[in-house]
Amino acid sequence: MTGGGTLWDWGYALEVLPQLVRAMRITLLATVCGMGLALVGGLFLALLRRSRIRALSRFGFWIIEFIRGTPLLIQLYVYFYVLPDFGVRFSPFATGLFGLGLHYSAYMAEVYRAGIDSVPKGQWEAATALNFSRRRTFFTLILPQAVPPIVPAAGNYLVAMFKDTPLLSAITVAELLYTAKDDIGSQTFRYIEPMTLVGVLFLAVSLISARGVRGLERKMELKK
Amino acid sequence: MAFSPPFDLLPSLSRGLLVTLQLTAGGILLATALAFLAGLGKLSHHRPVRLLSATYVEIFRGTSALVQLFWFYFVLPHFGVHVEAMPVGILVLGLNAGAYGAEVVRGAVNAVAKGQREAAVSLGFNPRQTLWRILVPQAVVSMLPPLSNIYIELLKNSALVSLVTLNELTFTAMTLRADTLRTGAIFSIVLLMYFGCSQVISFGMRVLEARLSRGRDLGGVR
Repeated sequence: MTGGGTLWDWGYALEVLPQLVRAMRITLLATVCGMGLALVGGLFLALLRRSRIRALSRFGFWIIEFIRGTPLLIQLYVYFYVLPDFGVRFSPFATGLFGLGLHYSAYMAEVYRAGIDSVPKGQWEAATALNFSRRRTFFTLILPQAVPPIVPAAGNYLVAMFKDTPLLSAITVAELLYTAKDDIGSQTFRYIEPMTLVGVLFLAVSLISARGVRGLERKMELKK
Repeated sequence: MAFSPPFDLLPSLSRGLLVTLQLTAGGILLATALAFLAGLGKLSHHRPVRLLSATYVEIFRGTSALVQLFWFYFVLPHFGVHVEAMPVGILVLGLNAGAYGAEVVRGAVNAVAKGQREAAVSLGFNPRQTLWRILVPQAVVSMLPPLSNIYIELLKNSALVSLVTLNELTFTAMTLRADTLRTGAIFSIVLLMYFGCSQVISFGMRVLEARLSRGRDLGGVR
């Protein structure tokens, strides 16, 4: 079977593969940069949540709830369509990074919180006995102990964020899905090969990284 | 910019919300059924059943929900299957969330105290009775909090179906935006609607959990 009637055309699949692999770089770049933002933003939100000023900690709570309770797609649309009305203009890619980063900051805040809570109370007391300031205690004593146990959880969110990057196609970022659908599919009207390849690429990367996360988890278990 | 309360936007957005709710409800039903099917399937004694369940879970957890949606929407017509956005949306939302739910079901059933299984065997329960009368009723309580998160994720993912032109809440918002250019007001309402729905799911699941765990402190399962 050859020609337009075939269900799966290997020649065509191989032809579009290089273009998809190139687009994969944008997807991976968005994932890594988005996670960098989420690591910083998550810590900030976690601190806000722990603030001794009640109003601030309530504010932190509701920000986290709200970001986690509404779709990422709408959040992206808001940054993409509403911010320019206020004179704030970013490229689609930067907007997407901001959206991904902020969304996952809310999830990372909970992860940090679990890590911070897992540090034994005696550590705080010892620091008080040594006359450390609260800030110094937190950044030099508590945080370094809170981070290692949360690495696997953060890894899971890294994989989840990777799987959310196709949403950036909705604000015209030419990542993997956009390339398959708008650059390739809509030109040739053959979707089956590019779409399936995108699925396979996603599956490959997430299976490999999920294995990595499981390895990390096992390492953490051994250290205990 | 003069500010007037955007009440006039509410009727059309409410119609969109109704479609979103149908989509979410259908997705939740399908996801729950699939979660039990695949979650218990992974615990099956039959190797093919285990393998099939594991493959389903890996594929749908390993790829992106939006990619799955586009795949079904653009590829199924090649097989001569006529697709409409609503059934495809429910199918994909259900398949996606069901894969995550399967792990929850499997974990919860596995976590039921071992003595319960042994007691059932010693009382002459067959495997089916043990599963449905002993293990599942106890496991359900500990499934509810993670399932609540999965259902909220499903509600949020339902916004993706707007990208295959189903006129649910997000799609309605985008059309309305193009017509009226009142972007800020529209998105504020839409965000509040989604947030309200996720709070309702979360509250409902907490109520259900409280009801089901009544008098359940003895079995060692919480």
